[in-house]
Amino acid sequence: MIVGPMLDEWYPVGIFGQLDEAGRKTMLMGEPIVVARNGNGDARVTDSTGRSLPVRVRYGHVWTSLGDPQKELFAIPEADQPGRRFVDVGVVRVRCSPLRAVENFLDIAHFPFVHTDILGAEPHTEVQAYKVEIREDVDEVWATQVQFYQPQAAKSASGGITTQYMYRVAGPTSTVLYKTCPPKPSEWDVITLFVQPLTEDLCDVWPWMALFDDDTPMTDLIHFQQTIFLQDRSILENQVPRLLPLDPGMEMPTRADLTSVAYRRWLKRHNFTYGAQLVAQ
Amino acid sequence: MMKLYDYILSPSCYKVRLMAALTGVKLDLRAVDFHPGLEHRGPELLALNPAGSIPILEDGDLLLTESSAMLVYLAAKAAPDWLAGSDAQEAARVQQWLSFSGRLTASLGGARLHEMLLRPGDIDALRASGIAALRELELGLVEQAERGQNFLAANRPTVADIACFPYVALAPDGGVPLDPYPAIRLWSRRLRSLPGFIEMPGIHRLHELKPEPQLETGEA
Repeated sequence: MIVGPMLDEWYPVGIFGQLDEAGRKTMLMGEPIVVARNGNGDARVTDSTGRSLPVRVRYGHVWTSLGDPQKELFAIPEADQPGRRFVDVGVVRVRCSPLRAVENFLDIAHFPFVHTDILGAEPHTEVQAYKVEIREDVDEVWATQVQFYQPQAAKSASGGITTQYMYRVAGPTSTVLYKTCPPKPSEWDVITLFVQPLTEDLCDVWPWMALFDDDTPMTDLIHFQQTIFLQDRSILENQVPRLLPLDPGMEMPTRADLTSVAYRRWLKRHNFTYGAQLVAQ
Repeated sequence: MMKLYDYILSPSCYKVRLMAALTGVKLDLRAVDFHPGLEHRGPELLALNPAGSIPILEDGDLLLTESSAMLVYLAAKAAPDWLAGSDAQEAARVQQWLSFSGRLTASLGGARLHEMLLRPGDIDALRASGIAALRELELGLVEQAERGQNFLAANRPTVADIACFPYVALAPDGGVPLDPYPAIRLWSRRLRSLPGFIEMPGIHRLHELKPEPQLETGEA
């Protein structure tokens, strides 16, 4: 398998706080790697030949690359903002393309049907018009002015509210969601989906959050997000075709799919095709 | 109020939540950070349950650590119809499937933890024993249908159905499909249509069916 330009990108490979010296044996795009903490307490990632790979420790996770990253790991300024609580939600393995895991995270229309009574509910199924752009200066996909009626938008929400969203694709398998923060309306809650591509149709997903919520116990914050993601998991594992189609073929996107369309276009532009299907079958 | 040490993604904890919902019992849920925190192996919970497993149910001075016992306790307190009646065969079948449910936990539950939360295990062996258990369950349901009974031990749902349902319904999470088992799928649908049924991630509720469309007739 030729990985192509995705080789030089950054990927999450573990929760930093859970590393030990024995290390976590895992895989990155088919290559066996070991993620460990060395004697000094620093994270170290090695490939099957013992070569040390580039490492960053950010957003609760260890990041690495099999290639030669030309760009620094993307910034999430909210990660340095005082008063936020940082939530390592924990790994969940999904038998799906890493790109499909990201695309599902960008979708709003499924909320009433998959996350019933939490992120959506019938009859409030309409996705209102929103804006999508590929921001050339940062080379990221952004969707803004997204809003949706949600019965329980967050653990801290006490009833149904119309939630504002912004979506951001910061790397081929890294996406960040900015969402109305019920206890602090002047700020956005940050919810991310960091995806580790194991193979083209298998991934480890590491959700992470930076929230303003002083009241909810940490375990409840973790379980809220695990509930949401595990509702998605069974859907993701049944998507056909397994790889993300970059050639529209028989598909007919609707207005609600604008973010997905931009994400696919952006992947294609960069030749980010690990986990993608290039020609409709 | 009864206190349940609970994890939202645990099928065994869900058995107890489901039974309580179906019988109208309120539970005080105490969330346990099973993943990624491994709180069930920490000193506080090990002091309650040396086996290091959840769920744990506390009611006054009663402490239970086996989910089948919790189902029986909830039913005995709130809805005795869910227990076996006086018929000897029915009583035996309830016990048979309650014990059998442990095999589902060990096989399909193990496969699910391996595939989803990266817990160690021999995935091929787990799936093979899971499939063997599913075939046995399918046959059991077919035999029940021949007796004119819609559920595992009787013609009404019992604790035996609740003990077996979650790990079966979540088998696909561990890479074990349910397509080959029509009796199991029908049984699952019956359970999901019970009044008071609650879902968990991976077990979807039955969405209300839309009214039948008005069909045009007369045109050939």
